[in-house]
Order: sequence, then C-alpha cells, then structure tokens
Amino acid sequence: MDINTLYGLLTLLLLVLFIGIVLWAYSGRRKKDFEEAARLPLEDEPTDSSDTDHRENKK
Amino acid sequence: MGSATILYPGDGAPLMDGTTQYNEKVVRQFALATVVWGVVGMAVGVLIAAQLIWPALNFDVPWLSYGRLRPLHTNAVIFAFGGSALFATAYWVVQRTCQTPLFAPKLASFTFWGWQTVIVLAAVTLPLGITQSKEYAELEWPIALLIAVVWISYAIVFFGTIVKRKVKHIYVANWFYGAFIITVAVLHVVNNLVIPVSLTKSYPIYAGAVDAMVQWWYGHNAVGFFLTAGFLGMMYYFVPKQANRPIYSYRLSIVHFWALISIYMWAGPHHLHYTALPEWAQSLGMVFSLILLAPSWGGMINGIMTLSGAWHKLRTDPILKFLIVSLSFYGMATFEGPMMSIKTVNALSHYTDWTVGHVHAGALGWVAFITFGAIYHLIPKLYGREQMYSVKAIELHFWVSTIGVVLYIAAMWIAGVMQGLMWRAVNEDGTLTYTFIESLVATYPYYMVRLLGGVLFLGGMLLMAWNVWMTTRPVATRAESTTAVPQEG
Repeated sequence: MDINTLYGLLTLLLLVLFIGIVLWAYSGRRKKDFEEAARLPLEDEPTDSSDTDHRENKK
Repeated sequence: MGSATILYPGDGAPLMDGTTQYNEKVVRQFALATVVWGVVGMAVGVLIAAQLIWPALNFDVPWLSYGRLRPLHTNAVIFAFGGSALFATAYWVVQRTCQTPLFAPKLASFTFWGWQTVIVLAAVTLPLGITQSKEYAELEWPIALLIAVVWISYAIVFFGTIVKRKVKHIYVANWFYGAFIITVAVLHVVNNLVIPVSLTKSYPIYAGAVDAMVQWWYGHNAVGFFLTAGFLGMMYYFVPKQANRPIYSYRLSIVHFWALISIYMWAGPHHLHYTALPEWAQSLGMVFSLILLAPSWGGMINGIMTLSGAWHKLRTDPILKFLIVSLSFYGMATFEGPMMSIKTVNALSHYTDWTVGHVHAGALGWVAFITFGAIYHLIPKLYGREQMYSVKAIELHFWVSTIGVVLYIAAMWIAGVMQGLMWRAVNEDGTLTYTFIESLVATYPYYMVRLLGGVLFLGGMLLMAWNVWMTTRPVATRAESTTAVPQEG
C-alpha cells in the first residue's frame, strides 16, 4: 500500500473521531452528567456566604 | 471553624464535608509571586521599549543591553508572572472542583521554591549573556533540568489530586490545565535535548532546518498550551465563579477542548514561512493555523455567553470586566493570528512590529487580563476578606490598562504595516526605495506611543500591587475606614 493512502485513511479516521466526539458531547444521554459537572465550580464549600448572587437552582 | 473569621487561615477553607481543609498556603505564595513578577517583568518591558527610542539607556553596560534584557522581559512575564499565576490557579481550581486537598502538599511546596529558583537563575544568567539563544527557551541546560524536575513534580501534584477526587466528574478547567501541564513537559524536554560543552554552554542535537522546526514546534505550542490552554483552564473556572453561574455550554467546552489541543500542535511552521523549511510544511502550518480560528472562537463565545442574561453584572463588577474583556482580546488575537499565518500576509507582516503588536494583544489583553481577574478574585478569599481593599482601584486598573493595551497594539499595527511596505518598495530600476534606517526613523513616533501604552499598563500593575498589599495586611494595622464599595448595584 502506498504510504499516502495510509495518510489519507488516517485523516479520514481523525475526521470520524472528531464527529464522534461532537455526537457524544451533544447526545441527550450525557445531558444530566454535564449539567452536574458544570455546577462543580459553584459548589466547593459547605456554605458560600461570600456570594452576593442568588442561586438559580436551590437544593 | 469558618475561614471568614480567621485572619490567616492556617491551611484554608473547609471542604464540602467539613472534615478537612483545602491547601491554600502554596496558592497564596504563587498568587503573591504573580504580582511581584508582574511588576518586575513589565518594568523591564518598559525599559527596553524606551531603549528602542533612546539607545543610551543601556548606559554602555553589557548587562543592560537590549539583546540581553529582551529575553529577560519575555521570560519574566511569561514564565514568572504567567507561570506563577498558572501554578496558583491550577492548585486552587483542582482542589475546589475535585473537593479534596492537594495530593503531596510538600511536593507542591517544592514546586513553589523550585520555580522561584528558576526565575532567579534566569534573572542572573540572561543579563550575563548565558543563553541557548532559542526564543522562549533561552535558559541553559542546568536551569532547563531544574525546570523539568519542577514541572514533573507539578504534574504529580496535579494529577494525584485528580485521582483522589471526591466527585465523579473531572471539571473541564482541569482538562485544560492537565493538557497544558503534559504538553509543556513534552515540549520542554524535546526542545532542550542538547549536548553540554560546559556548565554554561550547550549545543542542540538538531541541526539546520530541523533545529528551526523543533524550536517553533516548541515556540508555537508554548503559545498554544502555556499561554492558551492553561489560561483557558483559568477562564473555565473564574468566569463562571465570578459571574456565579455555570458555563454557557458544557458540551461546547468539550468540543472546544479536543479541537483546540489536536489542531494547535501543527501550527508551528507558520513561524518559518519563506525559510529553508520545506514548502509543504509551511503550507501545512498555515492551513492548521486557519482552522484554529474555529475552536478559538468557540471557547471565546462559550466564556462571554456565560454572562447571557446577567450582562448588568459587567457594569458594577470590575473583576468581571477584566475577565470578559480578556476574552474579547483573545478573540481579536486569535483572528489576527490565523490571518497573519497566511503566507501572502506573512510576507508583509513578518519581522515587522506587527508581530510584536499581535503578541502583546494576546499577552497583555488576554493573558494578563484574565490573570488580573483571577488574582483579584482569589486574594480576598485567600486572606479571609470580603473583597479587595479598594474596588475602585480595580476599576481604575481596568481602564488604565485597557487604554494602555489599545495604544500599544494600535501603534504596533501601524508601525508594522508601514515597515513592511517600506521594506518591499522598489524603484523602477529594481533598487530598494528606502534604506533600513529610513524605516527606523519613520517608526520613532509609534515607539513613543507604544512606550506610553506600556507605562500605563505598568502603572495599572503597580496599582494592583498596592491594592494586594493593602488587602493582605493583617486587619489590626488596617485603617478603620475601609473603602466599602458594594459589588452589586
């Protein structure tokens, strides 16, 4: 096999991989996990009295 | 024991479960080092900007000559100021988002003293003219070895903390910090493979165009991972934190991460357009640089849109102003970069002051601004204060440094395009229209404007140092009438 064919296939593989990452990130199944992860910076101390803003999601 | 009631919390604030405390001493050390080296690095920058106008300012002392002070300036602002900020924030962010104290806190303490030793050694050797003469990788092999040891310790502390995390997810900021730490380790080691001939002199194992390519693979990824991925980690934590709302789109942040780190790695050859580097490698570098616009702007939009629905906070919160405006400069610089990587544009811009302007749009507008925002956010928390000593001084710092950056980059744009046009101008008989010295004379007014911009930026940095000093003083020595400015209107 010509080495350039291999390079071409590699490029194709990386493209498929990228599309796969996008589909994975945007799949409905991951939504809840990502919402949890996104709140991590805001939930780092037992009581966060220094914050002046009101929490949108009260527990 | 609440952290807000004690003046100098021994270790730090309590964790979610209240059983133990975060390690904050090393964060405090690096945060203060950031401010100190910021003042030093920017002051050297102002001095060498003045030397370009008045060469006599080197006082005929070799140690103060431009060629030796310029690498001192770049090392001080990138690795001392920016590096200390990255250590401070990475240690803070990884603990907070993993809800666990640092892994190996003594090793973390070693990274502080080790990194400061590197900085002091750089400040001694560079003015002495001891250098590998590779841009952003000047430090000679014994110092490069120490950097490698400190950096591997940093990786152990950081990834050890991730491993012992108490939460399920690894927050996206840690992905960016992690990529930055791993990549910089690889870049540093590969670009410093040298054969020492004495304690202060070594030669690279690479030769010719390969040496140049390795250097700019390193150089551009130092920009991409040290000055971008690391500071994006900062962005993904401090923008949501200061705005008190989650990041606009966590999904976009994942696509942003993978796209950015896989593409950045290939953009280095754009530093070597029209050189002995093979033509195909130059074109490859240009194409990857153009593609980079997409993930860069994806990240910028993700950060800025975090404020969607809460734009009013920008009016009253100067820390948020620093963070959001840094993203605007990031967007500008990451548009300008791909454009300058186009070969025909590069034919005009390369070797001119346009490049210097571009670098400073990124370094001052993006890197320094997001650092200012993060440090202003951290200092009160690290010292158990409600807020900085003077919120008005933060506001003033913001405006002074914004005007400084704009003056700086506008002057360098004009100067750069003018130089490029003068250098390429030819007469009908094929001879050059202008001598080099004529382009230099024409540049003087813009050097003056650049110096003014730099002085303003340094002034803002000094104001910050004063504010940090006043905030971190023990309460007993502080005046009763603390300027209390509410953060929310």
